[in-house]
Amino acid sequence: MRTLKFLLQKEFKQVFRDKSILRMIFIMPVMQLIILPWAADYEIKNINLVVVDHDQSSYARQLVSKITASGYFRLDKYTTSYKDAMKEIEDDHADIILEIPVSFENNLAKTSSANLFMAANAINGVKAGLGTSYLQSIIRDFNNDIRMQWIQQPRFDEAANIDIRYSNWFNPQMDYKSFMVPGILAILVTMVGSFLAAMNIVREKEIGTIEQINVTPIKKYHFILGKLIPFWILGLVILSIGFLIAFLGYGILPAGSFFAIYVFAATYLLAVLGLGLLISTYSSTQQQAMLVSFFMMMIFVLLSGLYTPIDSMPEWAQWITKFNPVTYFIEVMRMVVLKGSSLSDIRYNLFIILAFAVVLNTWAVFSYRKRS
Amino acid sequence: MINDIIISAKGLTKKFNDFIAVDHISFDVYKGEIFGFLGANGAGKTTAIRMLCGLSLPSAGKASVAGFDVYKQTENIKKTIGYMSQKFSLYEDLTVKENIRFYGGIYGKSNQFIKEKTGWLLQRLHLENEADKLVGSLPLGWKQKLAFSVAVFHEPRIVFLDEPTGGVDPVTRREFWNLIYEAAESGITIFITTHYMDEAEYCNRVSIMVDGRIDALDSPAALKQQYAVDSMDKVFLHLARTAQRVDS
Repeated sequence: MRTLKFLLQKEFKQVFRDKSILRMIFIMPVMQLIILPWAADYEIKNINLVVVDHDQSSYARQLVSKITASGYFRLDKYTTSYKDAMKEIEDDHADIILEIPVSFENNLAKTSSANLFMAANAINGVKAGLGTSYLQSIIRDFNNDIRMQWIQQPRFDEAANIDIRYSNWFNPQMDYKSFMVPGILAILVTMVGSFLAAMNIVREKEIGTIEQINVTPIKKYHFILGKLIPFWILGLVILSIGFLIAFLGYGILPAGSFFAIYVFAATYLLAVLGLGLLISTYSSTQQQAMLVSFFMMMIFVLLSGLYTPIDSMPEWAQWITKFNPVTYFIEVMRMVVLKGSSLSDIRYNLFIILAFAVVLNTWAVFSYRKRS
Repeated sequence: MINDIIISAKGLTKKFNDFIAVDHISFDVYKGEIFGFLGANGAGKTTAIRMLCGLSLPSAGKASVAGFDVYKQTENIKKTIGYMSQKFSLYEDLTVKENIRFYGGIYGKSNQFIKEKTGWLLQRLHLENEADKLVGSLPLGWKQKLAFSVAVFHEPRIVFLDEPTGGVDPVTRREFWNLIYEAAESGITIFITTHYMDEAEYCNRVSIMVDGRIDALDSPAALKQQYAVDSMDKVFLHLARTAQRVDS
């Protein structure tokens, strides 16, 4: 125990003396939490629209003003030439072309039907897809307005209508920030837990102090605990700073209990620290550790459900997410913060993460050797 | 005399795949002596030391350090030895005092012992004013003397020094050797590798490694007589020229 005390004293002194680690610990969460939630917003706004109006009728103008009034579209150009419109798309000024044909109004009035043409720049598939569907629903709405004006309502609607009303539970304002912030916090804790710890151990390898440690009677588990405990504490500190920023900056307070979050986070940190330890035993330079960490971070972030829902991934990718510890933490964070889940609701995730912790640490301890 | 042998190696060998770094070396080191372990770069000195310290597992042969077996009793060996590697291995981001305290602590020394001996040591090294400075800010020569003092701080029975004076100026080297003599007088056995032949002259006995083998082992005076030359430099050159291995 006394050996451990000396090791911990040393580690804490070193961490607090290292300005770059301190910066990383305090500035990184602040920056990530302040910038990312605003940027990582899926709601598509500011879709640039070009209208090619061959009709120039009052209906056409009504339609255009209805579209621009929706708030999702920005009228980039109002023209009578399709060629001009195409040029806007080619110059990347516009995302969608809406063409209103000649005698749009006439056709509507005479034959009760008219055609519109829509063309979307699908380089950004998400924007094209969402943009055209927004546009369609606005046009459908417009269509209903006209029908209301013209047709006398029959006593019973000929076509049965199912009216759908939405009630968004757990995130009533559909606010992406309260969805993203817990996820980003999970990523932050992961980075500190695994990669800072890995870099720290590899650094000792690189400067040769680990060899000096290896000729002392320090036990393997003392050394490993001496490395893991400080980063375990730092991980929890970062999580706390993160929650403070989430509250001050976005007014986000977990709907569930902090207790559930911290119990999970403490277990989760054991798992990612084991991962960090594992990376460090397989790398001999900081560059190697850095590259491995970078590679893993990409997978962790993209296959964790942070940005894209796991349910819409192909089945093989869904399988990969099951082996990604970050997936479970992000899920727990969102469950507890948004839905108010309790410890017993997250027990499945807790057991899985506990299994991760046991496997990763056992593997790491066996592959860490005091002699070659 | 058999009771006085503190390090004993018999046919000690280390292979890395096909490469035989240390090739069946046998020698004894007596208690309290300064044993010089010479050899050109790549001759296998560091590998041999690492095996004796329990950092590297031998491929064949036998060896014991302070009566403990290098295969099975490495944890016992580690308690009885001090080690100073080629690479400077104190923590540059800790102060002089913190480094001493840390290494003293992990060898299980009491706070009382650490406190008293730190005071004595700082005075001995004239580092009283630097006690609270980061080790990284000290000049190389001071760092090396401090590293040696830390390696013998826990009063080991043997200290292994792997090229401790590399890159150090002659004055500091002299001071460094004074520290070595003091340690030897207090009963610590010194096992040292060096490239400086004047330092070889300070040793009680030296061995010279060539291509992983020990080609000569005796007191500096006897070796000079054997090869009929007037300096250790010439003894070394005579033997090292026979080396087949490329400098690594």
